[in-house]
Amino acid sequence: MSRRPEHLAPPELFYDETEARKYTQNSRMIDIQNQMCRRAIELLLLPENTTHLLLDIGCGSGLSGSVIKEYEHEWIGIDISSAMLGVALEREVGGDLILGDMGQGMPFKAGTFDGAISISALQWLCNADKNSHDPPKRLYKFFSTLFSCLSRSARAVFQFYPENSEQIELITTQATKAGFYGGVVVDFPNSTKAKKYFLVLMTGGATVLPRALSVNETDSVVPYASRREQMKKAKGKYLKNSKDWIIEKKERRRKQGKKVSEDSKYTGRRRCGRF
Amino acid sequence: MKLLTHNMLTSKCLKGVTVGYPLGIVAKDIKVSEVDFNSEFIARIIPKLDWATLWKAAESIGHVGELPQTLIQDFETNEEFLKKVHHVLLEVEVINGDLLCPESGRKFPINDGIPNMLLNEDEV
Ligand SMILES: C[S@@+](CC[C@H](N)C(=O)[O-])C[C@H]1O[C@@H](n2cnc3c(N)ncnc32)[C@H](O)[C@@H]1O
Repeated sequence: MSRRPEHLAPPELFYDETEARKYTQNSRMIDIQNQMCRRAIELLLLPENTTHLLLDIGCGSGLSGSVIKEYEHEWIGIDISSAMLGVALEREVGGDLILGDMGQGMPFKAGTFDGAISISALQWLCNADKNSHDPPKRLYKFFSTLFSCLSRSARAVFQFYPENSEQIELITTQATKAGFYGGVVVDFPNSTKAKKYFLVLMTGGATVLPRALSVNETDSVVPYASRREQMKKAKGKYLKNSKDWIIEKKERRRKQGKKVSEDSKYTGRRRCGRF
Repeated sequence: MKLLTHNMLTSKCLKGVTVGYPLGIVAKDIKVSEVDFNSEFIARIIPKLDWATLWKAAESIGHVGELPQTLIQDFETNEEFLKKVHHVLLEVEVINGDLLCPESGRKFPINDGIPNMLLNEDEV
């Protein structure tokens, strides 16, 4: 059984009024979101001492937006859950809000934003919540329209929760196809709790990827090129026909929108010979 | 929805729409509130604006005030002018109404100040 919210329901249903309220009242959650958002803004490398116009993708109830305001930037937020946006309105978070689905594209004219951030939302795009959903296509539509609404040399930084290395590959492949380059910065790679993934996308110029944060200073920046090797390593991780192998395969097929029987304690066990 | 946001919004995500700009506004409720004035930000955002669109949008909802129809030359140093732009861009908000796609006529409702840009499956 998976406990990832994006496996439970589509985002506009998962983030209903109850969840939106619960989410925004949990002080531990707020601390974590704030911290990740500060780091994302830092990774944007904006010229200092000026107010910029930022896009917050999957802005939710505006926790990330409040941090943007702390830095004295203006922001426009887009989210698919009207309940989350409703809470953002109540909290008077100071950004202008739009109800929209990232997978349908960013509805802005060219060159609008000085930067974009997205905190804990991107992994939602990797799922097919409707029959018509094709995750690679939705990711491409999202990244290509995002690319065009950013101003020259602007960056987009996404903190996200990838499920596995295939998902990182899926995301970065579509981002590259859309014209971005960049990579994934993994902060605190050796800590299960503090480990955080940031996808840093750049629109122009040959800038280097920022360094990741770590306790022991091991380099944990994963540029696109070396990810293939990682993937290879990740592949064959599970013994064929083992329980984990079956679960992974089922997960993959589920993501492709195929009908797959539910996981249970019997998954991957030998059936007894009665039938 | 502030007029700053309106100036940036398009309906180009709709199938068959190529530019989708500018969106028409039908405003049923408008709210005017006070927002801190940041002249540096306003001066920096002006070059990114489509001025004609801003003027027309403000005029169509009855809040154009003394905003000139064409952008003035020395806007960066003209504090009075920047204040007028600040007011129209950030202090005037459409709370309820519709946005209209200029090509297809598709309506995007605005509720509680939030434009609903969600598309139906057959529109993507
Ligand atoms: C974990 S919350 C994070 C909210 C906010 N960024 C924060 O840091 O508190 C994830 C948000 O992503 C939004 N989301 C998920 N899928 C989306 C999509 N396809 N388009 C727009 N927003 C989406 C959800 O509605 C939810 O508000």
